[in-house]
Amino acid sequence: MMKKIALAGNPNCGKTTLFNALTGSTAHVGNWPGVTVDKKTGVYKKLDEPVEIIDLPGIYSLSPYTPEEVVSRNFILDEHPDCVINLVDATNIERNLYLTTQILEIDVPVVIALNMADVVKKDGGVIEVEQLSKKLGVPVVEISALKGEGLENLMKTVEITAKTPRKGETLLQDKELMHLIKDVNIAFKGKGVENPLFHSIKLVENDEIETSMHEDLVGMVNEYKATFKDDVFGNDFEAYIADTRYKYINKEFGNVVKSKTGETKAEKATKSDKIDKVLTHRIWGLPIFIAIMFLIFHFTFSEDLLFLNAIFGLEVKNPALVNILTGMGYEGEALGGIPSLGVFLQSWMGWITGQLMSGFQWICSGFQEFGDVAAEAASATWYGGLICDGVLTGIDAVCSFIPQIMLLFLFIAIMEDTGYMARIAFILDRAFRKFGLSGKAFIPMLTGFGCSVPAIMATRTLEDQKEKNRTIRLLTCFSCGAKAPIWALLAATASFLGFGYGDVFVFTIYIGGIALAIILAIFMRLFSRDRYVSPFIMELPAYHMPQARNVGAHLWEKLKHYCIKAATILTASLVVIWFLQSFGFQNGGFGMVEDVVDPITEEVVTSGIEYSILAYIGKGLQYIFYPCGWAIGADGWKLSVSSLTGLVAKEDVVGTMALLFSNGSEDALAESITITGAGMYAYAFFNLLTFPCFAAIATAKGEQTTKEFLKTLAFWFGVSYGTSAAIYWVGTLYEVAWWAGLIVTLALVGGLVGAAILVVRNNKKGAAVTA
Amino acid sequence: MLKKLDEFKQGETGLIKTVEGEGRLRRRLFDMGVTPGAVVTLRKKAPLGDPIEITIRNYELSLRKAEAALVTLEVAE
Repeated sequence: MMKKIALAGNPNCGKTTLFNALTGSTAHVGNWPGVTVDKKTGVYKKLDEPVEIIDLPGIYSLSPYTPEEVVSRNFILDEHPDCVINLVDATNIERNLYLTTQILEIDVPVVIALNMADVVKKDGGVIEVEQLSKKLGVPVVEISALKGEGLENLMKTVEITAKTPRKGETLLQDKELMHLIKDVNIAFKGKGVENPLFHSIKLVENDEIETSMHEDLVGMVNEYKATFKDDVFGNDFEAYIADTRYKYINKEFGNVVKSKTGETKAEKATKSDKIDKVLTHRIWGLPIFIAIMFLIFHFTFSEDLLFLNAIFGLEVKNPALVNILTGMGYEGEALGGIPSLGVFLQSWMGWITGQLMSGFQWICSGFQEFGDVAAEAASATWYGGLICDGVLTGIDAVCSFIPQIMLLFLFIAIMEDTGYMARIAFILDRAFRKFGLSGKAFIPMLTGFGCSVPAIMATRTLEDQKEKNRTIRLLTCFSCGAKAPIWALLAATASFLGFGYGDVFVFTIYIGGIALAIILAIFMRLFSRDRYVSPFIMELPAYHMPQARNVGAHLWEKLKHYCIKAATILTASLVVIWFLQSFGFQNGGFGMVEDVVDPITEEVVTSGIEYSILAYIGKGLQYIFYPCGWAIGADGWKLSVSSLTGLVAKEDVVGTMALLFSNGSEDALAESITITGAGMYAYAFFNLLTFPCFAAIATAKGEQTTKEFLKTLAFWFGVSYGTSAAIYWVGTLYEVAWWAGLIVTLALVGGLVGAAILVVRNNKKGAAVTA
Repeated sequence: MLKKLDEFKQGETGLIKTVEGEGRLRRRLFDMGVTPGAVVTLRKKAPLGDPIEITIRNYELSLRKAEAALVTLEVAE
């Protein structure tokens, strides 16, 4: 059996970076606490024997506070790792060693990996590694997880250390309280409990898990408590022990690891502070956040960069430039404005996939001719049609958005890696908390911009199950990466649908999603008696330059994931969809559907697709979605069925649309969609808010009780349907008579403000009752 | 002079005297280093006035005013 080496340490101290460096994995690294919520395993191969490395969620203490912290505690205690690597961030030694003092109380070999020692030294600080090691009684190895330095030395030390068992030791040794700890320790040993010292101290600390597990011993602690009296803490053992730990760390290690000339951070304005002064400014913080978001979407989706064309009438006129752009496949609005990078890349990619498509088509037509000759027309048309019309059209539509989506992820990855994301939680906490969600709930939501599956898992960082349920339900408001192709497609068609700016459209989807999450939170709060909001005690990580390696690894993961998905789930589902749209009941029998052609004019009277199985399903769905507007009209069923296929994977929405609207090019697609601007928004918000894909639904089921899960499903459908219908009708009102639309909007906003006031007042009442 | 952390002004520094609160919340504050004897500086307040950001034990911690109100500090007049 392979030796098990556990990685433990404070959140955001570089554990996952170290894990990736050791095992060659590309697990997601972000600059905020709580990116890792479940343990991950990998293998380190450079020793004589390969060893298993387990990356545990970050913890501040071994008294767990949230479910994901329990994972770490239980692993170290119950799974008997052969050695624990305690990663300590040298730039933040005090709080990091607080955890170390607790780990050392467990009967397990420990090696301290001192991360970022190079940063402290570079800033003129002092680190005396030998002293540190002597005082802690375990080996200490300097490493740089980011640069991959010192890793071999670390693992060699681990190999040696893991050979000898170690008994837990505590710094409380010569304190008066040790009498009690020793007595409890004996009782634990008598019961045959492993790690008796650790459990004794936790029991004395009045740790929740411990007192519920060993109720028989609580009496013993309480008896002693009655006789104990400390000058400062009385008999508050919890405070006493925490304080003792910190005092010990200050006394013993204050001089061992020291930043330059002992000046504290409070006194010097670090780079982080200067950046923070601007980004989390009292007045400008929020507008800056919104502006940053807008710029991201502008650079990704705009066909008129910086609105130069709209405002200054600036167009691409230089013939050479026009040639280059059109040569690269850019066709947007006959080169009205200068395209943004995202749109430019997308056109280029579209051009490439277009070329590939025609190549494939040529091969396919070869198949078909061969088939005709062989008088096996039916079967030949079958797979010719399947490959060309079915799979390729869909995959082409999905893949042509890759550059835009990668660009969007690049921006998001940079925001994550620099530490700005954690600030967003800080900025938005107040707005969220008023309505029953903590800023901490915003972190899973930010993860939701990437993918709902890890986002739902990230709700484990919330300690309250009710808040967790609420957060999971609201997650669909945050557009996941797989939905981005839908917005990109609609953005590209925006101008045809009577709404000019693609970037503004996508921006409103994202910002509208966040706004809607707050609105929905208000209503959830209105109809619930629960008034509890979990506390928000969060470390704000220092800003750092985005690391090309982290960002690159993240993008590469996304790209790989996207391509694998396209090759597997998307291809498979497109095959099914193709069959459903190619076969049906026509002319009294079941078979491949054919276009009905007027014998005289040779015009297509009815497209064959209208007889397909898919059309039957779609037309059934269409009735359900009539109130949402976009389902009205001859093509309504196509949009309905496209949304349905989104259950498999959200990219399928675009793939199916490409298939059904007979033409892969989004311009042609746009022309055949008959919905209005209001319908477009209604359709977008329906797809945003409705059920996520099956993978996410399954994850949600795992995190909730069956009853709550069913409520979640009902919530997703109800909200998406309601919002979509509301947007359509109000939007249509504006198109018919703007004043009517305005009246209804004002009424809705009024109702909302009323609800919000009611909630805030209830909060106060609730607080008064509990106080 | 004793003062609660939620009444601090930007840049104000104090020495923690007591930490109130119940069970897990208090425990969390201790674990994050908010213990009697620690020095705290209020760095800034969020755009909407809440939460606040403090420097404690050489790192930045953000917490809400509701939690900050549990912490009493000694400040120089």
